[in-house]
Amino acid sequence: MKSLAELQAIRDKARAQVSLRENSDNSIRVLVGMATCGIAAGARPVLTTMVDEVAKRQLNNVVVTQTGCIGICQFEPVVEVVTPDGEKTTYVKMTPEKAIRVVNDHLVNGNVVTEYTIGANT
Amino acid sequence: MFRSNVLVCGGTGCTSSNSELIIQRLKEEIKAKGLEKEVNVVRTGCFGLCALGPIMIVYPEGSFYSMVTPEDVPEIVEEHLLKGRIVKRLLYQETVQDDNTIKSLNHTPFYEKQKRVALRNCGVINPEKIEEYIAVDGYAALGKVLTEMTPQQVIDEITKSGLRGRGGAGFPTGRKWSFAAANHADQKYVCCNADEGDPGAFMDRSVLEGDPHAVLEAMAIAAYAIGATQGYIYVRAEYPIAVRRLQIAIDQAREYGLLGKNIFDTDFCFDIDLRLGAGAFVCGEETALMTSIEGKRGEPRCRPPFPAVKGLFGKPTILNNVETYANIAQIILNGADWFASMGTEKSKGTKVFALGGKIKHTGLVEVPMGTTLREIVEEIGGGVPNGRKFKAAQTGGPSGGCIPAEHLDIPIDYDNLLSIGSMMGSGGLIVMDDTTCMVDIAKFFLEFTVDESCGKCTPCRIGTKRLLELLNKITSGNGELEDIDKLEELCYYIKENALCGLGQTAPNPVLSTLHFFRDEYIAHVTEKRCPAGACKALTNYYIEPDKCKGCTLCARNCPVNAISGTVKQPHVIDTKKCIKCGACMEKCKFSAIVKR
Repeated sequence: MKSLAELQAIRDKARAQVSLRENSDNSIRVLVGMATCGIAAGARPVLTTMVDEVAKRQLNNVVVTQTGCIGICQFEPVVEVVTPDGEKTTYVKMTPEKAIRVVNDHLVNGNVVTEYTIGANT
Repeated sequence: MFRSNVLVCGGTGCTSSNSELIIQRLKEEIKAKGLEKEVNVVRTGCFGLCALGPIMIVYPEGSFYSMVTPEDVPEIVEEHLLKGRIVKRLLYQETVQDDNTIKSLNHTPFYEKQKRVALRNCGVINPEKIEEYIAVDGYAALGKVLTEMTPQQVIDEITKSGLRGRGGAGFPTGRKWSFAAANHADQKYVCCNADEGDPGAFMDRSVLEGDPHAVLEAMAIAAYAIGATQGYIYVRAEYPIAVRRLQIAIDQAREYGLLGKNIFDTDFCFDIDLRLGAGAFVCGEETALMTSIEGKRGEPRCRPPFPAVKGLFGKPTILNNVETYANIAQIILNGADWFASMGTEKSKGTKVFALGGKIKHTGLVEVPMGTTLREIVEEIGGGVPNGRKFKAAQTGGPSGGCIPAEHLDIPIDYDNLLSIGSMMGSGGLIVMDDTTCMVDIAKFFLEFTVDESCGKCTPCRIGTKRLLELLNKITSGNGELEDIDKLEELCYYIKENALCGLGQTAPNPVLSTLHFFRDEYIAHVTEKRCPAGACKALTNYYIEPDKCKGCTLCARNCPVNAISGTVKQPHVIDTKKCIKCGACMEKCKFSAIVKR
């Protein structure tokens, strides 16, 4: 170890793994539907893309987690974004490409990607 | 990138209830489901709630699974990790609310009142990965100290924080360091006392197992402050997991250049070696510990000279306890004022207690100094189980004393405990209910000190032996009133004349039980009766004729055929034949058997 900067670099790299273990009430929760219907429709790559993208952008206030079936199986893969104030946005028929855009537009910049939401797809 | 972290406790408690097999099964199941790139299995240190082990926490949900068995693993993987459905039946019930939603672990009674400073990383990071320690600001304090502070500033900061030795005696840490710093010598040493020997105490083991780098970092900071270049950790060989993780931590720290030469490109050089103790209690005494590190028989010597002047190999040495070290990096990073804001006027910060005995939540808790015993026992510990009544708590192990129910509301700190004849000790806290005999407890601790006395000085070698003989005489029903006075007199004699801390404090369990429960001693002597029904020689089992239905169950279970009687008629126990094993009392369905 030669300098504080070197320590800091190791710290930042290892940080993403450990930050998953913090209980925070103030984070944005991203719920990916991962019941049989979701998995069959391709939810797994959506989930992993979400996790990677969130880690890449170091969004420490975002928790990506899985959830069960919410009952709209024909719209799977479904991703819900819940902000700390309880506001919920439901994205449907997701793909890894769409997931990246949701992270960039919605989670980073706060702009809901209206065209992917359930409202625009029914 | 992993989307989920599964933390499994790898502390000694959970390991002994099969957590290794659980980890192995988890990895197999996760692989079978093709999740190995998504789910990270982490073996951590102790979470504290040992009573409910083996424990598993799944993040990001924060689901706290308790008493997990290897057979539960496929269900957890299939349901939770694959399909995102939490396995509610395995959750720690306190986290499940009435409306069936799950609340955060930090809001459960066991964790809510705790404040984790020394244990902050236990159960959070993988202790065998230095990167995870660095991720939670590990070694940042060492970096700050080496690049921005002078040794004097480090000592001033520690002094200002008010940190006192967590090994038991409570000597101010900053002052200890300043003594060693003031003595000039070609070589100085920094030692860590990890020879945790009090029966019932296991907080140091948990820190070593769960966060070994915190100890290494603090020792390096101490070395910089006093000008030492070599450190030793004296750890007992009975802690195999702690020893292994410490060695891994030392190797990793060397690899990263956090131990060794020119750390952070400064002139500071420091390395640490392990020394294994063979489990002698006396080696927890500082002079005996250093004698043992030198390779000699672990016996104490007279002080002065104190270790800060003439310690290990005759050189100035500081010796601190594991938990003391576990606070150091946090004080440097967060400031002395932050640390001093917790606790009471003369005892700052937090203290870890190992809860044991007759209590629901056996385990490790860390609370701010000044928390009352009632809060620890009733709120955090969940109270005394089986509807029994709290009688007393024992703190400080064989050197401490007991705190009776009337002092339950005393705020716990060094000085308050001393004022009622106990001591902080290293933090073992054994809860006793109304079936515990206080004379018997005193005898238990005396048996321990008689075994562990090194024999160098007469008051301890022979004095404790005589104390034990008197206690045996009393508990076997042969005591006389004057024995109690003799006992007390001998206690004070040993206290004043023994060479080291072991002998000087050995009479404390007797003195404090005599002080608070003298009536129990007197009952043993004058009425030949043990009020708690614990002393075998003084209690007999009887069958109450009006309750006995003559079912013969007791007679059939008696190992020595001491129970006689005909079917459907009240039975009788022959007290001469009876070996007082209690098997009949356990079996009786009508509570007809009593002990008196």
